[in-house]
Amino acid sequence: MGIHGLVALSSLLLVSCPPKSDAGHQADIISTVEFNHTGELLATGDKGGRVVIFQREPESKNEPYNQGEYNVYSTFQSHEPEFDYLKSLEIEEKINKIKWLPQQNAAHSLLSTNDKTIKLWKITERDKRPEGYNLKDEEGKLKDLSTVTSLQVPVLKPMDLMVEVTPRRIFANGHTYHVNSISVNSDCETYMSADDLRINLWHLAITDRSFNIVDIKPANMEDLTEVITASEFHPHHCNLFVYSSSKGSLRLCDMRASALCDKHSKLYEEPEDPSNRSFFSEIISSVSDVKFSHSGRYMLTRDYLTVKVWDLNMETKPVETYQVHDYLRSKLCSLYENDCIFDKFECAWNGSDSVIMTGAYNNFFRMFDRNTKRDVTLEASRESSKPRAILKPRRVCVGGKRRKDDISVDSLDFTKKILHTAWHPTENIIAIAATNNLYIFQDKVNSEMH
Amino acid sequence: MGEEEGLHQTQFLDTMFVRGLKRKCFDGEEDIEGTLAGIKAIPSYNLQRQSLLDMSLVKLQLCHMLVEPNLCRSVLIANTVRQIQEEMTQDGTWQMINTQSTGQASLDRLVSTDILCRSSRDQAEGKHVPAYGTFNKDFESDQAQDSSETMSTAPSVQAPRNLQSNAWEMENPQENKGNFQKSLDQIFETLENKSPNSVEDLFSEVDNSYYDLDTMLTGMMSNTKMGHCDSLETFSTPTNTASNSNCKSDLNDLDHIVEILVES
Repeated sequence: MGIHGLVALSSLLLVSCPPKSDAGHQADIISTVEFNHTGELLATGDKGGRVVIFQREPESKNEPYNQGEYNVYSTFQSHEPEFDYLKSLEIEEKINKIKWLPQQNAAHSLLSTNDKTIKLWKITERDKRPEGYNLKDEEGKLKDLSTVTSLQVPVLKPMDLMVEVTPRRIFANGHTYHVNSISVNSDCETYMSADDLRINLWHLAITDRSFNIVDIKPANMEDLTEVITASEFHPHHCNLFVYSSSKGSLRLCDMRASALCDKHSKLYEEPEDPSNRSFFSEIISSVSDVKFSHSGRYMLTRDYLTVKVWDLNMETKPVETYQVHDYLRSKLCSLYENDCIFDKFECAWNGSDSVIMTGAYNNFFRMFDRNTKRDVTLEASRESSKPRAILKPRRVCVGGKRRKDDISVDSLDFTKKILHTAWHPTENIIAIAATNNLYIFQDKVNSEMH
Repeated sequence: MGEEEGLHQTQFLDTMFVRGLKRKCFDGEEDIEGTLAGIKAIPSYNLQRQSLLDMSLVKLQLCHMLVEPNLCRSVLIANTVRQIQEEMTQDGTWQMINTQSTGQASLDRLVSTDILCRSSRDQAEGKHVPAYGTFNKDFESDQAQDSSETMSTAPSVQAPRNLQSNAWEMENPQENKGNFQKSLDQIFETLENKSPNSVEDLFSEVDNSYYDLDTMLTGMMSNTKMGHCDSLETFSTPTNTASNSNCKSDLNDLDHIVEILVES
């Protein structure tokens, strides 16, 4: 299903996280969004350390229009603010990343991380409870044994569904710098966590030690000119992973080659375009996100102005480059001044690797069809997202002819940024985080077929 | 659209800087605003570059004010500063800028940056105590020649070196300090006022006992109204940092400091 079908996106769900406290909605800013491997569950993390999990309603022949909607399944507090006494610094509780583990039994598991600590959570359902104990009464108090005259076998009776979330592992003290990525290995036994300068490999069952597999910290900190910005395991090859840097390079590493993967197997770097060179060239080349395609053959990277598709077999340049908002190129100084130039946008593939998506400013997000080379700009806003309403494509005009409903570059709202987006693993359903609002859109054609 | 693009590529810096800097980046820069109003011309590349440098230095200082300095952002800004500095030294334009505006003007510009930093630093005074405490220990291990460079640097430059080293090296304060000072010196020494004026002359007459940390730590500076008080603030004991509130850089005050130090 190409982008033509996706233009008919309609709003399934708009969730505004209720304010956590009177202190304001800062804590409700969504900081990460992730579908699980089947797409049945969608997890969001926020700045206040909370995780909210949504579950998709199963198909129902009785109510064909309700199926596909996501409802709140569970909410829990994942991380709390901490204080590092040694450095006199607060450790934020903001959830930087959530990654689901492949489901191996009835329970679901996910990893959530803040700047320092990764936690493994187990999510289980309880919909039955035993009744008819011999020694305890209904409230759980011990019975007076003299009243017990016969024995009975406790019976499981149905109860209202209860979702229980328990922390199973806490992977602490592994990182000196801020964790920016976690990625579960295809072997389902290990995962990696990356901070600004180091990447560690953990076993899911072992919390008191981890292996350091990448270390780019220089001997003298004044020589520091490059940091790790994102990393991910290959979806099929458990020995391969990639990490991106603030200088715009990607390094593919093979864990079989050596214990410390400081020497990359492949270095992916595009030479700088001399005609576009400026003092901001390095900053805008910094890669904010890297994602392997589902096929494992390509990598998708996001830097400040573009998204690029890289072929694993070609290190010299990306195979495709798409302009997200090139009209900002003339405004880099202002964006540097107000710090927007440091915003880290994420990117996503659709299930068939034919369409890629990323966020932008003014609550716009962009989709690019790799086959037809068509692209579209859509807006995640309350006005345009009434239930079942089809999203209208938006346009940013940069001077010259201005059509009706076009937005001029100067009236873009840079405080409304869509940094986090996710795509359902198989269907055309997307989740967009716009500050403290979550939007879920699905392909209208898709939904009407059911 | 095509016209716009052509403008980008050929006059990229001018176009970028003009819009941004004219409206926003010059808020505190009275000298430059006056110049702009006077001649009503697009600021020269050198001026724009200098403004970008000042802005970057402010950012490096401000990023230390936050609870958790973002290392990626700090590194990117520092790389930008290095880039500008490299280009300026290659062009030899640093000297040119000094002669264009007077020595006083460039000092003023650095001072205004300093005032920007000071107001935000005052807000975060509590958090700064451990950082400055660390810097005291760092300085102890420095040699006299490093100290001389340190002392002759303008206050706004002093702060970023101190703050940047602490922003990047939170984990182990004792690590790499001497080397880090030296190489940041290399970055920032070009920012000091190199034109022949009284600032350097003042310090050239001071003997090395001036740089004795013990002398600093006895707090003799704490109650003196002095210029470059920010740099000296860092060497006073933490309890004294609060007492230096309204110091404004002034060449007469420098005379005053030097007199006191030399006589002791």
